[in-house]
Amino acid sequence: MRTIFEPTKGMLPVDTSYCPGCTHGIAHRLIMECVEEKGRLGDTLGVSPIGCSVVAHEFMNIDMCESAHGRAPAVAAGLRRVHPNHLIFTYQGDGDLASIGAAEIIHAANRGEKFTTFFINNAIYGMTGGQMAPTTLIGQKSTTSVEGRKKEVNGMPLRVSELLATIDGAVFVERVALNSPANIRKAKKAVMKALEVQEKGLGFSFVEFLSACPTNWGYQPVDALKWLTENMIPYYPLGNLRCPEEVK
Amino acid sequence: MATQKMFFSGFGGQGVLMIGRNIAYAAMLEGKEVTFLPSYGPEMRGGTANCTVIVSDKMISSPLIYEADLVCVMNLPSLIKFERMVKPDKFLFINSSIISQSATRSDIQIAYVNANEIAKNLGNEKAANMVMLGAIVKKTGVVSFDSIEHVMEKTFAGKKQSVIELNRNALHAWE
Amino acid sequence: MSERVLMKGNEAFGEAAIRGGCRYYVGYPITPQNELTEFMSREMTKRGGKFVQAESELASINMAYGIAAAGGNVFVSSASPGIALMQEGLSFICSAELPLVALNVSRGGPGIGGIQPGQADYNQVTRGGGNGDYHIPVFAPASIQESIDILYDAFSLADEWRNPIMILADGMIGQMMEPVTLPEPKAPISEDEIAVRKPWALSGTKKGHRSVVKSLRMQPNDLEKHVEKLFEKYRQAEKELVKYDSDRIEDAEVVFVSFGTTARIVSEVIDMLAEDGIKAGLIRPISLWPFPEEAFSKVNPKTKVVISAELNMGQMMTDVKAAVCGRFPVRLINRTGGIIPTSLEIYERAKKILGEYK
Repeated sequence: MRTIFEPTKGMLPVDTSYCPGCTHGIAHRLIMECVEEKGRLGDTLGVSPIGCSVVAHEFMNIDMCESAHGRAPAVAAGLRRVHPNHLIFTYQGDGDLASIGAAEIIHAANRGEKFTTFFINNAIYGMTGGQMAPTTLIGQKSTTSVEGRKKEVNGMPLRVSELLATIDGAVFVERVALNSPANIRKAKKAVMKALEVQEKGLGFSFVEFLSACPTNWGYQPVDALKWLTENMIPYYPLGNLRCPEEVK
Repeated sequence: MATQKMFFSGFGGQGVLMIGRNIAYAAMLEGKEVTFLPSYGPEMRGGTANCTVIVSDKMISSPLIYEADLVCVMNLPSLIKFERMVKPDKFLFINSSIISQSATRSDIQIAYVNANEIAKNLGNEKAANMVMLGAIVKKTGVVSFDSIEHVMEKTFAGKKQSVIELNRNALHAWE
Repeated sequence: MSERVLMKGNEAFGEAAIRGGCRYYVGYPITPQNELTEFMSREMTKRGGKFVQAESELASINMAYGIAAAGGNVFVSSASPGIALMQEGLSFICSAELPLVALNVSRGGPGIGGIQPGQADYNQVTRGGGNGDYHIPVFAPASIQESIDILYDAFSLADEWRNPIMILADGMIGQMMEPVTLPEPKAPISEDEIAVRKPWALSGTKKGHRSVVKSLRMQPNDLEKHVEKLFEKYRQAEKELVKYDSDRIEDAEVVFVSFGTTARIVSEVIDMLAEDGIKAGLIRPISLWPFPEEAFSKVNPKTKVVISAELNMGQMMTDVKAAVCGRFPVRLINRTGGIIPTSLEIYERAKKILGEYK
């Protein structure tokens, strides 16, 4: 018999605690498949954030640590100082990274820290129960913007990839979406390239995943993906914003 | 000498801290206990600067003082403010090149040192602090000239020979 | 032992840390400890270590968390409001049981306060501003030599206890110069040794097992068990880490309690009182947590009054009262705002207080 599919050894053989239709699981798996394909499971270190994915270390089969809200890039910078050659990444949501941790991500990018940040943008605070995030779309309802986000009150949704792409040290920046098989395949390519950038010591690398949060958006999983496609992608266009020659 | 409490004050840039640090360093080389405490703060360049130096044969408890065996003032505001700190019969050194006023007390030993003038005659007014340091060492013997010269060798290591010469001359210039 | 050298406190902290095995330093500019950050920026790379200037104290403490989680011997320093920002991180670090050395060169507060020396961070460092049940051993040196000795040992102590160690100095120690003798440098832990000596540290699963550094425990039972385990450690620390100095307390009429530089001023006061024929003594806590309660059992039972002398509104007095346990009246002599009382001021105020207990 020929093996045509095997789950990655990068994921522990356990069920995740994420809600049905949540795309965290897909993002986890893509990252760990890439780490495994690179043969780096033994010397990869991950930093989980505050948010639903704080427990990423219960699913990812590597050495990991938690970090305080928004501080994952600082923690990863610390790990990097001790282990100059390990593969190191942070995994952060949009409340964690774009709001409370805005300073840490900008300065990590600006120092050109040689680690990768995987940014899960689902336009809402998930773990705390559906509050407005800096990435929540105009008109999108949340428990702290019940009539929908208003520009005059909350400002416009923050485009983090575009922001980081203005920083010299952020040498690889790409936005992908986890809404279709084709886009998921593209997402994996972006993860691979980001890790390559890190392995080559070229600078800070960043992949933003547009993700679904059916529970807090109040949609069925399939409808959530449709909402992502119709609302998020037009505001957060997919594609590569920065890529060094060496990995093109 | 049991314990000598000293206080040095002037404008920033006059090398007041340098006088104190040289005495502290020299006293340490002589095996004494020493504390050197500079004032610090958000003062502007050229603002006031002062430091407290204590030299003793035994462990020094408080590095802070409220009276001194020696006060050295390099500018007028320092004279007005700190003249009262001198213990009766003890020393007040006044930079008379900068301060035209006289001290008001008669129960202390006062030395008027025209430090800037002497330094200028030697070729560089910047060495005024070394002239003052020399005057203090000569009059009080708080540390020896040998120790001070030893300190200078270390602190001026790598400097131009002319600079070292100037400072050595300044140290011995006051009569 | 090497020869005596004249050193500024802020530089001595750095030199002692490096000699004590510190290989990583994370800093952020704040007065009155900037000379230390500057010193480390020059020295760390020269001597095989790493220096990072963080974007904030929040970032520094979390970079330090990362370094400690990866098994590095890390040192962070700041001054009062900066330490306040670090409290979040310190709580995480205590729960994750990571070793780290933190130095607070404290100044006046509250708020931005002032930059002159203060001791108003006593509560901040002994109680902690971080959330949850935890403790951090705190040591308060009174001289530059003592600062060196404490910092030199702090890194092994932090490793041994898997807990942060805090050093509370003040602006005066930071800026002052005194002759010191420097200890021999210890060999730092190499990257290869980390997996062996710190198996819990993140160095990759290639070492043979998986390491997870965390503080999240969603099940109340798990969290309670974890906190109880931490407190077993703290109870042990309360026995083993107590450190203090005492002087003439066995036959004193008045006993002062004072730490850090203030204690040096008080020891001059004791000599001044002795000249008047008044027997005075001093308890100088070196460990502020654990507080040296045992020192108070040696106090002369006929002591008339215990005076807590500190540069704040009486924060340590709470611990002094608990240690005295009603056996003696406890009074306060204090200044705050960055003002340091002279020995004369303390002497006069003490005489006045003593007059009330004839």
